[in-house]
Amino acid sequence: MIPEIGQFSLIVALALALAQAALSLTGAARGIPGFVAVARPAAQGQFVFVAIAFACLAWSFYSNDFSVLNVASNSNSSLPAAYRIAATWGSHEGSLLLWVLMLSLWMLAVSVFSRSLPDEMVARILGVMGLIAVGFLCFMLFTSNPFERLLPAAADGRDLNPLLQDPGMVFHPPMLYMGYVGFSVAFAFAIAALLDGKLDATWARWSRPWTTAAWVFLTVGIALGSFWAYYELGWGGWWFWDPVENASFMPWLIGTALIHSLAVTEKRGAFKNWTVLLAIIAFSLSLLGTFLVRSGVLTSVHAFATDPKRGIFILCFLAVVIGGSLALYAWRANRVEPGGRFELLSRESMLLANSVLLLVACGAVMLGTLYPLFLDALGLGKISVGPPYFESVFMPLMAPAILLAGIGPLVAWRKGDSAQLMRRLRWVWIAALVGALFVPLAFGRWAALTSAGLLLAFWILAGTLTSLIVRIKSGTKITSAFLGMLLAHAGVGVFVIGITLVKSYETERDLRMAPGESAELGGYSFRFEGVREVRGPNYAAARAAIAVQRDGAQVARLEPEKRIYLVQQNPMTEAAINAGISRDIYVSLGESVGEGAWTVRIHIKPFIRWIWFGCLMMAFGGLLAASDRRYRATRRREATSAADATVVRGSTA
Amino acid sequence: MKRFLLPLAVFILLVGFLAVGLKLNPREVPSPLVGRAAPSFDLPLLHQPDKRFAPADMRGKVWLLNVWASWCVSCRDEHPILMALAKRGVMPILGLNYKDKGDEATAWLKQFGNPYELSVVDADGRIGIDYGVYGVPETYLIDPEGVIRYKQIGPVTAAILEQKILPLALVLKE
Repeated sequence: MIPEIGQFSLIVALALALAQAALSLTGAARGIPGFVAVARPAAQGQFVFVAIAFACLAWSFYSNDFSVLNVASNSNSSLPAAYRIAATWGSHEGSLLLWVLMLSLWMLAVSVFSRSLPDEMVARILGVMGLIAVGFLCFMLFTSNPFERLLPAAADGRDLNPLLQDPGMVFHPPMLYMGYVGFSVAFAFAIAALLDGKLDATWARWSRPWTTAAWVFLTVGIALGSFWAYYELGWGGWWFWDPVENASFMPWLIGTALIHSLAVTEKRGAFKNWTVLLAIIAFSLSLLGTFLVRSGVLTSVHAFATDPKRGIFILCFLAVVIGGSLALYAWRANRVEPGGRFELLSRESMLLANSVLLLVACGAVMLGTLYPLFLDALGLGKISVGPPYFESVFMPLMAPAILLAGIGPLVAWRKGDSAQLMRRLRWVWIAALVGALFVPLAFGRWAALTSAGLLLAFWILAGTLTSLIVRIKSGTKITSAFLGMLLAHAGVGVFVIGITLVKSYETERDLRMAPGESAELGGYSFRFEGVREVRGPNYAAARAAIAVQRDGAQVARLEPEKRIYLVQQNPMTEAAINAGISRDIYVSLGESVGEGAWTVRIHIKPFIRWIWFGCLMMAFGGLLAASDRRYRATRRREATSAADATVVRGSTA
Repeated sequence: MKRFLLPLAVFILLVGFLAVGLKLNPREVPSPLVGRAAPSFDLPLLHQPDKRFAPADMRGKVWLLNVWASWCVSCRDEHPILMALAKRGVMPILGLNYKDKGDEATAWLKQFGNPYELSVVDADGRIGIDYGVYGVPETYLIDPEGVIRYKQIGPVTAAILEQKILPLALVLKE
């Protein structure tokens, strides 16, 4: 019964989405207030029904209803309850439902927090989002129904892929999808503005907090995914340039460019076309990512069971939504008036250069991701593109972007003062050079790339600090938007330090260890105490104990495991990590080689935590910026003037 | 107007590629061996080490060469499918026991069943190099002239067997 309620709710949600898209877009175009008024309640109703559907699926998983095909294929009665609920989005169908839930959540947010916007604008925005919801609900109902029954019911389920049985599964997909789908709001704002013909500073101000909020979720989602891969996959890597990772990273790059471009459009009325285009591209890449993951055109560790029918459906949807919006852009963009003028040395030109660099970097990532597909489609053979390509192409593009990010906030809008800039940069140069030259000495090994990475990191950190000092000295009020920007930029610096130090100074050893044996690495000694059998709720494991000592004092006792999940008979490595600010000690257990001896891999990863800490700083900075009172204050002012306008219109009518 | 059409043009090109890409399978890596004569070898049999076998002995028959090992986890997944195929008697299956220990290999076959007409022993993996083995199990479909017609890397699944190997074997038999 419960799955049927879920199925029915999805159908109701589809009907509401159709009404929302058709009525509000027609209403806004023809000026029919009755139609325009449908937008908000329809969006809210849609959220309610999608949420019911989601709750029904989660309940089916929680209560082990193996008469639902999706549950029987992706869960098992011995799976712990938290993972049974997380398994709701562990399958193709379930993850689509999560996608739609997030979309309806964003629609709900827009319908609630948009009182200050003109009703017609809101109707257009929700209308566009409704169209996207129609596409995804149809996709689900026609090709990937999450509630499909399995009759007769299975006695037990085939279990969730053991890789996904991890706390990361509970948080990573919802965060990532919140970010992915969140760009639909910026997209809808852009399309609404193109339809309306009013691309101005007000539009940019409205879009900014929404775009930044989506970007914050995406940042956290990607960072969580990277952290999860680090401790779960068992070989200590944290980014693999896997097609699915790239699919989430591309919208992030464009989202970053969009946030900066929106700032210029709001403050200076410039780059309007560019900003709109970025908003369209950001969401298009989210859709493209969905296509790449769901259609199986690329090989990836995230590959799901694929079905050509699904691929064709998403591709058609992609063609309509992205093709349609780019056509609208081509049609309307030339009518947009050019914005304020600016000099070569100005914050505008720096931000423009930065967003171009980010776009090109995104293009490079996309080329690498799709290159195997291009070649294969042209019949030129099968190849795969690996990390060396991405690293050698991506890094040189990001380096100037980071240099610019360090200076940008120090340069004035419209026309910068080069003498003043040089004065302000004096300390930045010194700090960057000192850091780049002396930090490697502390590690005892120098390499050009290490210094280059540290130069960038100290440059942006010192530049950010200088911006703060300049602002304090000038006596201008420090807003949370400004602080958020500084924090995010400092986060980039911390992130770059993490990457540079890990890449330069990580060490590892592959060992064969018998009980009682010891090994040395990076000043630590590792004593293998042997392996014992343990049982988990749905797995059996061999658990090793390794005592880590430094200068005779115990640092940690690490217990890496090799698990066999009972249902799917998959072996899994559970690494054991002793975390620290300046280093992680990472131990994973390989295979038994007889007589109680095992292969063991030990890594020491200096400053690796800084990578994720930097991401969190960026995300927190974004959160600060999005919550700036300015957005709410101007809204209230906007609201009163809008109310006045209605009164005037009312009296003349 | 024209320069604003550029993003649309790029996108249309991309959609074209993606549409073609949908029809392709990125997991299929073509083997340079397909269409060439199966590399010859002369190896002792697993169960009767004093006897030897060479691919030339199978001339005139369509047969499968399956690379397996007792240490290989995926071979265990594949095993029931080979057992069923052997029972149907469509074509002979010969095993290449790859980098394995003789007693462990025979024990493994005793435990899980033996689908092979015979298995040859490639203890040091030299013949595996000739065949370009890079993941065990691997399976080769070889025609009456001794030419490799199909190569499967990784376990043979029921779908691959029904949709690829068996139809091809039927054609080759005629």
